Amino acid sequence: MTLKPYDGVKLKAMLQGFWGLTGRELKKWMKEPIILFMAIVQPIMWMVLFGKSMNIAGIFSPAILDEINIPDIRIPGSLLNPQIDGVITIPNYVIVENLRSTLSAISLKAMESVFGVSDYFSYLAIGMISMITIFTSTFSGMSIVWDRRLGFLYKVLSTPVPRSAIILSKVFNAAVRSIFQSTIILGLAIFLGIRFSSTFSLLNLLAVYLAIFLFSTGLSSLFLAFALRSTRHETQMAIVNLFTMPLMFTSNAFFPTKIMPNWLQGIASINPVSYITDALRQLTIYQTNYLTLLMDFVYLTAFAATLSTVGIILSWKYLTK
Amino acid sequence: MTEDVIIVENLTKIFNRNLVAVDHISFNVKRGEIFGLLGPNGAGKTTTINMLTTILKPTEGRAFILGYDVVKHASIVRRLIGIVPQEYTADEDLTGYENIILCGDLYGIPRDISKKRAIELLELMELMRFKDKKVETYSGGMRRRLELACGLINRPKVLFLDEPTLGLDVQTRSAIWNYIKRLKEEYNMTILMTTHYMEEADSLCDRIAIIDYGKIVITGTPQELKNSIGSDIMEVIIKEGDDVTNILKDIDYVKEVRRRNDRSYIVRLGNGEVAAPLIIDHLRQKGYHVIKLSISKPTLDEVFLTYTGRAMRDSEEARETIMSQRITLRRARR
Repeated sequence: MTLKPYDGVKLKAMLQGFWGLTGRELKKWMKEPIILFMAIVQPIMWMVLFGKSMNIAGIFSPAILDEINIPDIRIPGSLLNPQIDGVITIPNYVIVENLRSTLSAISLKAMESVFGVSDYFSYLAIGMISMITIFTSTFSGMSIVWDRRLGFLYKVLSTPVPRSAIILSKVFNAAVRSIFQSTIILGLAIFLGIRFSSTFSLLNLLAVYLAIFLFSTGLSSLFLAFALRSTRHETQMAIVNLFTMPLMFTSNAFFPTKIMPNWLQGIASINPVSYITDALRQLTIYQTNYLTLLMDFVYLTAFAATLSTVGIILSWKYLTK
Repeated sequence: MTEDVIIVENLTKIFNRNLVAVDHISFNVKRGEIFGLLGPNGAGKTTTINMLTTILKPTEGRAFILGYDVVKHASIVRRLIGIVPQEYTADEDLTGYENIILCGDLYGIPRDISKKRAIELLELMELMRFKDKKVETYSGGMRRRLELACGLINRPKVLFLDEPTLGLDVQTRSAIWNYIKRLKEEYNMTILMTTHYMEEADSLCDRIAIIDYGKIVITGTPQELKNSIGSDIMEVIIKEGDDVTNILKDIDYVKEVRRRNDRSYIVRLGNGEVAAPLIIDHLRQKGYHVIKLSISKPTLDEVFLTYTGRAMRDSEEARETIMSQRITLRRARR
């Protein structure tokens, strides 16, 4: 028998395998709108219930002045000028008026210096975009476990489709889902009165999607790598549950890192969730600081590139029967 | 032209350093042949297929498909072969048609070609009516036919069938056999299949290897194997109640005699048709009368029994195998 050297892996064939698998994932996703609904319920609850009830600006509300009995201030005139006899009275309404405007200024200043915006709802709504992206990306590992259990993975592995295409189709699918779900959250936030900064534009929206794409790519690669050998979805559930809450709370998704204790700030400064959340806020509700934004994107790009490379390399070795 | 399409040399798979699933097996499969690996559950058939289809790496030994090493040229081998695994692997949420097109994509077949082939295969497998139905509504037989269709999308030169009729009822099973026979004729494929159904191996396979505890016990055509145990089974019933065991034993061809009850004897012998008149004559000469005599040909069951010393048994298996088989069976019975 004559041995002919076979044409190596053709890029076109590989791309077709990738698109085929991605198409499958998206078809499955679109056929089950209930899953989409379930996935976004939690972030929406946080945004609507927590974001609206946690009215931090209200703490400094001048309305409290009405509940305090503020007396007139009487100063002996000689204190100011020895020539003045008698007592100078400053009526309490003048004092209240002054305090009222000062308190408002303090409230605004405190909110802006801590949160960067004047209302907590806007701050949290953007954090919830990070949250939905975390949920969607961490759960991508589950699908590989199901594919394995239901035999589908076996078939895919027996075909010439590159192992990397299997992983990348799931990563890409997670990113597309995240972007779609984030759009719903953002739409709802606009409806509920999120305040965009003056620098927000349509171009910023594209950058928002890019940030979500990068973050989701990195995170889903990581969780797919965890799932490569797994046959039990319970294990995956446990891993997802173990990671999501700490990921959220050690970042700036709910509260700014600058009011955190030092050790927590340290964790937050390496947590990728902080970087995507900051990038999203820079692009939407903050006056964009381009240097910070650039740093965020450098971090997110490195995060996505490193973890997807790791995922692909691990899939060559560990994505087997 | 006969040439060896599949060459297996000392193929061995050891799991977790001590579980020997496949133990130095060697065999060749010729072009256009249907070759069967016959053995009980857990004998190592699926592991062998997994190694030949590049899904598992052998611990030892080599195997070639159309001259390509299954380890060194895995991606070439994957292109040349088709697999119909034991489990149902189609995506339940997609339609039958979508599943076949997806298989085409996985092989990198251009969409216009795979669309044409999908229709052709759906027609061949008589699934056209259900082409746009979700696979979760399919019956076991339909799922198996869909798996066959998926396995053929890349026009494989060599087709691997792992337990193609597992869990199917008798009627569906013989329908699947017909499809397999038709495939062989229409596409002139070489087929390697595993089965633990004796009658399946007997009716489909040109040659069979009996495999047990990871080793090949014997290889040959079904007829050769049956001949090799060299005996027909004859039941002789005589009128009289005396013991004639010794008379029977002295007759030519007779190998073994067992008295079942007063008047009935089970005789193992070579060439029963020729021996039958001799037996009748001999007994008559001694004054005994044969009132009934029946000959049965050996079945592969008996071949298996003879070569392994045991009947086909269900052995303990890995949790995963049992799990996946259970899923397959559950879906098949829908």
